[in-house]
Amino acid sequence: MIKVSHLVKNYGKNCAVDDISFEIQKGEIVGLLGPNGAGKSTTMNVLTGYLSSTAGSVEISGIDILDNPLEAKKLIGYLPEQPPLYLDMTVEEYLIFAFNLKNCTLNREKHLDEICEVVKIKNVYKRLIKNLSKGYRQRVGIAQALIGNPAVIIFDEPTIGLDPKQIIEIRNLIRNLGSEHTVILSTHILQEVQAVCDRIIIINKGKIVADEKTENITRAVTQNRRFTVKICGPSREVLPMLKTKQGIVYAEMLAERDGDACTYMIESDVGIDIRKSLFYTLSERNWPLIGLEALGMSLEDIFITIVDTTSSPIMRKNKEGKIKLKGAKQSKSMYDTENELARNIIENTAKTQKEATLAEENEDNDEDNDDDENSKSDNQK
Amino acid sequence: MSAIYKRELRSFFINPIGYVYIGIFLTISSLICTYTTIQQKTYSTSSFFTMLIMSFVVLIPLLTMRLFSEERKLKTEQMLLTAPVSITGMVFGKYLAALTVFASTLLFSCINFFPLYSLGIEESAATDYSYYHVGPVTSEIVGRLIGVFLIGAAIIAIGMFVSSLTENQLSAAVISIAVILVMVGMGILNSIGSDSDGTRFIDNYAIRAIIDWVSIFSRFGNFSNGIFDFAALFYYLSLTGIFIFLTVRVYDRRRWA
Repeated sequence: MIKVSHLVKNYGKNCAVDDISFEIQKGEIVGLLGPNGAGKSTTMNVLTGYLSSTAGSVEISGIDILDNPLEAKKLIGYLPEQPPLYLDMTVEEYLIFAFNLKNCTLNREKHLDEICEVVKIKNVYKRLIKNLSKGYRQRVGIAQALIGNPAVIIFDEPTIGLDPKQIIEIRNLIRNLGSEHTVILSTHILQEVQAVCDRIIIINKGKIVADEKTENITRAVTQNRRFTVKICGPSREVLPMLKTKQGIVYAEMLAERDGDACTYMIESDVGIDIRKSLFYTLSERNWPLIGLEALGMSLEDIFITIVDTTSSPIMRKNKEGKIKLKGAKQSKSMYDTENELARNIIENTAKTQKEATLAEENEDNDEDNDDDENSKSDNQK
Repeated sequence: MSAIYKRELRSFFINPIGYVYIGIFLTISSLICTYTTIQQKTYSTSSFFTMLIMSFVVLIPLLTMRLFSEERKLKTEQMLLTAPVSITGMVFGKYLAALTVFASTLLFSCINFFPLYSLGIEESAATDYSYYHVGPVTSEIVGRLIGVFLIGAAIIAIGMFVSSLTENQLSAAVISIAVILVMVGMGILNSIGSDSDGTRFIDNYAIRAIIDWVSIFSRFGNFSNGIFDFAALFYYLSLTGIFIFLTVRVYDRRRWA
């Protein structure tokens, strides 16, 4: 549905978007993440035709946005970061204006009615936009993007400024939209991405560093590998036992105490569920286990690690203050899991992108070969 | 494009600017009309129209300052440029909205001539001269109205272009006043003085000839004689066209920057 190939956008000397390529199928909900200044808004502006790219192409349903902008823009509904509202109009007038602007051919009354129901702006329908609160203005902006039932809907931070109840409603709305439309969502709220999107694309410094299905990342993130345990017993003996126990790759004592129990954080090996064997081991040594809590990784950690890994200088200090050399071997620390996962994601993405580029080149070569063959046969005739 | 046209037209009357413009225009035009015709005891409207054009210097930027500056400030141009409307369509929609307000006010200000006509009728009834015409000459007035409309159209295009360059409405207004003042002022300076007295403001004949060709005023003369001068028509239309084109280019350039 949307095909972006080798998109480059320079603002003067500053390269905002550096050779981005991705393809989005019909009905997918894609989340676009990235730190500030990474190039998300620029990409969206180029996608919608507001800006032109320095190089590369954008195709919406096969129509190039630069060659045939009017046709392509009919298929797009866009909510920019700042909703483009005319303050001197009422909500009703504004939506009617948007309806006419997009040359919509549906039944106007019914269509606007439906949209207002969904976005819940019926009670402010006759009010001047100047007099609306931020949340309501945001909703009017969302309504404007939905007019005409466009095939592609692009939201730039849609839930900013909304109250918690509305945030959930808008997320449900986006999920429902995803069944018939293609949605691209840019946000900083990672739970939103997890809750709503099928696919996550992370952009950093103008390049795509991660392009994965959400379920893959979530599955990797929620594996039960890390626990905090509270064990009553002399820490001098408990800690070495934990460290040398089979199946545990990392153990560390934390500072909390609960009565005479110390708290430890342990991390088990991949694929091993350490809980039962730990219980039996501890009961053999008569050290009561009074607390066992699973620690998941959060998507935030992954995101931060991916961003750090792809934007870092060679030497970085990790959270403990130790200097970590990129790629250097180090004793297993708790942050290695995130690093591994992040690295896997980044490598997978790089691989898929390379394959895509190679496939394109092969196609071109094939076409050239076909052309050559055709011309040869023509010559022969 | 028609959606943009309607919206712009409506916004002229939701904000105070439309009413302010109409009020000032009608007041000034009737003051000038009274001063140049009835007070001077003449039916000739040529100086009325000349002074009216000079008043456009300040009036028309009032109309055009909002056209694009507000869009840039509120970032609503993002909505217009991502909608299935071409840039030319957007510029035309706004231009036609400003032109409509200008043209209808101009038409409405023709009630200024009713006193002249009624005085003319009274006078011709009273004096019973049948061999020459007493009262305002309709063909002159109509010709000059068309000329003024075309000049106004060109000046609106200039004002619109200037407003697309800046976010601030006030700068747009001031800069367009300056530009139009230069254009009109040049025309006036050109015609000051006379050859016989040797008091021409601009001595060099060549420069005067060039300014004459470019100036807005010089072509106005033919309209007042009731001649529908095609050369002048094309001049005004192409001036309008140039500035509309330049406005479209401003937006195009912003896309590519």
